[in-house]
Formats: sequence, C-alpha cells, structure tokens
Amino acid sequence: MAPVSSRPTARKRLARVLHYCAVVLLIFLLLTPLIAFFFNAFSFRWFYPQLFPKEISLRAWESIVAANSKVPEALLSSTILAVGVTFSSVIIGLPAARALGLYSFRGKRVIEFLIISPTIVPGIAVAMGLNINFIRWGLSGNMLGVGLVHLVPVMPYVVLTLSGVFANYNPEYEQQARSLGAGVLATFWHVTLPAIFPGIVVASLFAYLISWSQYILTFLIGAGQVITMPVLLFSTASGSNNALTAAMSLVFVAPSILILILTARYLSGKSSAIGGFGQL
Amino acid sequence: MGFWERWRIPIMLAPTMAVIIFLFIGGLTYGSLVSLGWQPIIGRTEISLQAYENIIFSEQYASVFWQGLLLTIWVSFASTFLSAVLALATALLLRRSFFGKRLATFLYQLNLPVPHVVAAIGILFLFSQSGLISRTGAQIGIFGYPSDFPVLVRDKFGIGIILSFVWKEVPFVGVIVLAVLQSLGVDYEDLARSLGANRWQRFRYVILPLVMPGLLSGSILVFAFTFGSFEVPAILGVRFPRTLTVTAVRFFRDPDLNARTEGMAISIIISIIVFFLVLGYMWLSRRTIRKD
Repeated sequence: MAPVSSRPTARKRLARVLHYCAVVLLIFLLLTPLIAFFFNAFSFRWFYPQLFPKEISLRAWESIVAANSKVPEALLSSTILAVGVTFSSVIIGLPAARALGLYSFRGKRVIEFLIISPTIVPGIAVAMGLNINFIRWGLSGNMLGVGLVHLVPVMPYVVLTLSGVFANYNPEYEQQARSLGAGVLATFWHVTLPAIFPGIVVASLFAYLISWSQYILTFLIGAGQVITMPVLLFSTASGSNNALTAAMSLVFVAPSILILILTARYLSGKSSAIGGFGQL
Repeated sequence: MGFWERWRIPIMLAPTMAVIIFLFIGGLTYGSLVSLGWQPIIGRTEISLQAYENIIFSEQYASVFWQGLLLTIWVSFASTFLSAVLALATALLLRRSFFGKRLATFLYQLNLPVPHVVAAIGILFLFSQSGLISRTGAQIGIFGYPSDFPVLVRDKFGIGIILSFVWKEVPFVGVIVLAVLQSLGVDYEDLARSLGANRWQRFRYVILPLVMPGLLSGSILVFAFTFGSFEVPAILGVRFPRTLTVTAVRFFRDPDLNARTEGMAISIIISIIVFFLVLGYMWLSRRTIRKD
C-alpha cells in the first residue's frame, strides 16, 4: 500500500482537481446571493443587460442616514429587543438548564419535550392566539409584549445549550467553595460562571440572533407600532426600490455576521446548539 | 428531607415552564378556542367547527385552502429533501483535508446568521427576470429581454421559495453533519477499507448510518420551519396559490373580525399537520436507524 500514497497517480491528481472545482463551485453558489446585495446596494439606473451597474451611487446609503429615515429607529428597537430578550432568556433558562443537566427526576422527559416543542410548532399559531389577549392586557403594540413573544422561540435553544454544558459540570467545586467560606453569590461569580461561560456565550448568540431576525411574531404582536429592522425591511422589499432594499439588508445582517465571527471559537462542534440557526 | 431539597427542581424549572405554559401552550390553547368560534370580545361564546367547515368545504375558501395545502406540502418536502441530500454531499466534500479547508468551511457557514427575509430578497435579486443570472445570460447572448428568462421567482410552483430555503438550509444541515463527521475521524473507514469495502460500501454501510441521526434531526427542524414559514413565501410567492401561512396571516389581518376565526383555524391546521408529520417522521427514522 505504501508506494501508492507516496507518489500520487494521475487518477488521484485528477480527483484532487475535481474536488477543488466542486468546493469552489459550492462556495460560489453560496456567496452569489450575498454578492447580489452589494451590486444592488450601490447601483443607480442599472438597466437590463448590464451585468455590472454602470453608475455607482450612494443614493440608497444616503437615504438610510437621511433625517427622515426610519432605519436608525428600527435599528434601535431591534437592538433593545434583542439585548433584552437575550438577558432575560439566559436568566430565565439558567436554573432550568441546571436542573435538566445535573439531576434526573420524575417527569424529566415530559419537561424536556415541552421545552423543545416550540421549535416544532409554527410560531404563527401561538402569536395569533396571544394577539387577542395581549390587546386586552395592553401588551400589544409595545416592546414588552413583543419581547415576551420572542421568548417562545428563544427558550428552547437557550435551555438546550446550557443544559448541555451542565451535563459535563461538576457541582462539587461549588460545595468546596462554600465550605471554604464563599457566599452564594461569590460561589456563582467565581466558580459556576467561569465554568459555564462558553455555554452562556453560545446561548446568548442564539437568543440574540433569533430575536434579531424575528419577523412574523413582531408583526403580529407589534401591530404596526413596533418597527424593528425585519419589519421595516419587509415593507421596503414589497416596494420597488431595489437599491434601498439591498442597502438595508446589508445593514441588517452585518451585526449578525460580525457576532458570529466573534463567537465562532465557542461554537465549534456543538451540534445541539446549531439547531438555533434553523429558526432565523 | 428539607424544603429546599424537596422543592429545588420545581423551583429551578418554574421560570422556564412559566414561559412555555403561559405563552406557548396558553397561546395555542386560546388560539384553538378562537378557531372554534369562541370570541367573547364580540359576544360569541358558542363552540362550533364552522370555521373548519368553511375552510375545507365552502366554495369561498375550499380552493384557496386545498391548493394552498398542496403548495405548502410540495414546497416543504422538496426543500427538506434537497437540503438534506445537498447537505450530506457538501459536508462530505468539506470533510477531506485540502489546502484552504478552514477558509472554505468558514465561507460555507457564512449564511447561517442571515435571516430568511434577507435570503428571500437575495434569491429575488438573483433569479428574477431582470436579476443577476438573467443579466449574465444576456451578456453571453442567451437572452435578449428579461421576459426570455424563465419565471423562477413569484412562480406558481414555488420554485423561488424552494431555492431560497435550500440556499439557507444546506449549510445549516451541513454543519450538523460536518460536526458528526469530524468527531468520527477516519478509523471506521480505515477498518472497513482494510476489510475490503469499496468507496460506495464505505459510504453506504459506514458513513451513512453514523451521520443519519444528525441528518434526520436537522431535516426535522428544516421541515417544521419551512412548513410554518411566512416571510419567504410572502416575498417569493404568487397570489394564487398562496402557502397556508400566508393565507392564515391575511385572514387574521382582515378588517372583518369573522375572517379572523378562519385565519386562526388555518394556523391550527398547520400546527396539527406539522406535529403529526414530525411524529411520523421521527418514528420512521428511528426504525430506519435501528434497522441499520
């Protein structure tokens, strides 16, 4: 067998070239829709057979930062919502994740099933059902109500990610810290938190991304009063200004891609958490 | 046993379960009641299946519902199947070691955080009759006018919708499969090779059974998501047929409050269909995995 691997045969070289071609084609196909946004965002009077826009223009970008633009406000709403949802979902989910990761108890499988069920049932049925009650309780058309509904698709991924971390966690370190005189808060801050920190990063990443990308729940509960980036983008996309739609899309996805790049090292190989990407 | 030991687990679970029970189950339950005609706000407290009957049988709604159901099933099955097959193929492609593998894997994952609204717009820019592909064709002389380019978005077969789901979900399922493949190493295959298994046999009897659980759980999520998705069919769909979610939201937003009942009924039907298809799929896949 040894001589075969030391000197690549013509057939092997061909296989390698074909493999490269396939990889390049794959990446090209995956990137072209993204490249199309750059073409559109800087184009002006881009008439049909032209492949590259002849006139490069910043018109779309100017209207995004113009005084009457709704984009800054939408970015602010989206950010406040996503940050609020991320914080509250981690605080709400942390104790449950610990219970599921560390202990076995009666009814555990039922609880687990209930917690992951929002990933399977489409959000519109839930949002439509809540809509009527939220109007009555004054939660329709404001950020609090929209944030509450965002928790529904977010919680399964936060709990799933964090319980995976607690499954490999040894609570005896906490007892040692306590017996050495550390208080409850000090133990959490110096012992528990550092150990589960990578899990919290991944859980927050998904909570943020799911809330940031949410359209239909915001639309149904926000009742036209809560204008987030996806809501604004959706209504712009229904118009005919492709350049503006493209520029707005780029503004909308840039933070998500940036956050993914920054947190990528925490993400590797955590297949249970990756499921969150399916909800965007 | 002290109070804390006895109640520790329920207390820890309480905040999460409150969200699940009040918002998720509560929303679904209240929605089901509304779909059964129970709307105390406008003075209707009787329970009936009238809305479901209207949707399924009435002249006004039946064709909208049945054509919509057909389109929704076609779009979500086609998207899930294509995504799963292509995800497996591309994960195998990226698994081998080659120069630039890290960069290729990074670019492969780049669209994961891109929301579906944006994915739909990207497909529109690319595949519309005056889109980038049509323009490329015009440059090399295949098309003279935008109308020469086939209608691939806002078409009645949902091709644009499927394209946009496939673009989004291939890396999504692919990353799950890739994580499994990476954790396997090459030991099993080397063993199979030393026992005389050829390339196809190594794929069919070694790799496939090992990646199958990941592939199936990823495609369950894809199926459930595509079946209930709103943004993509709303941007890339036509007036008739519309997918069920788009019809449900339209009815629900209708100024006539009676249409709201029909809208709610459609979204409950969507939930029931997804729930049972996912259950059936899990049952089938568990059988297949065990057989292998």
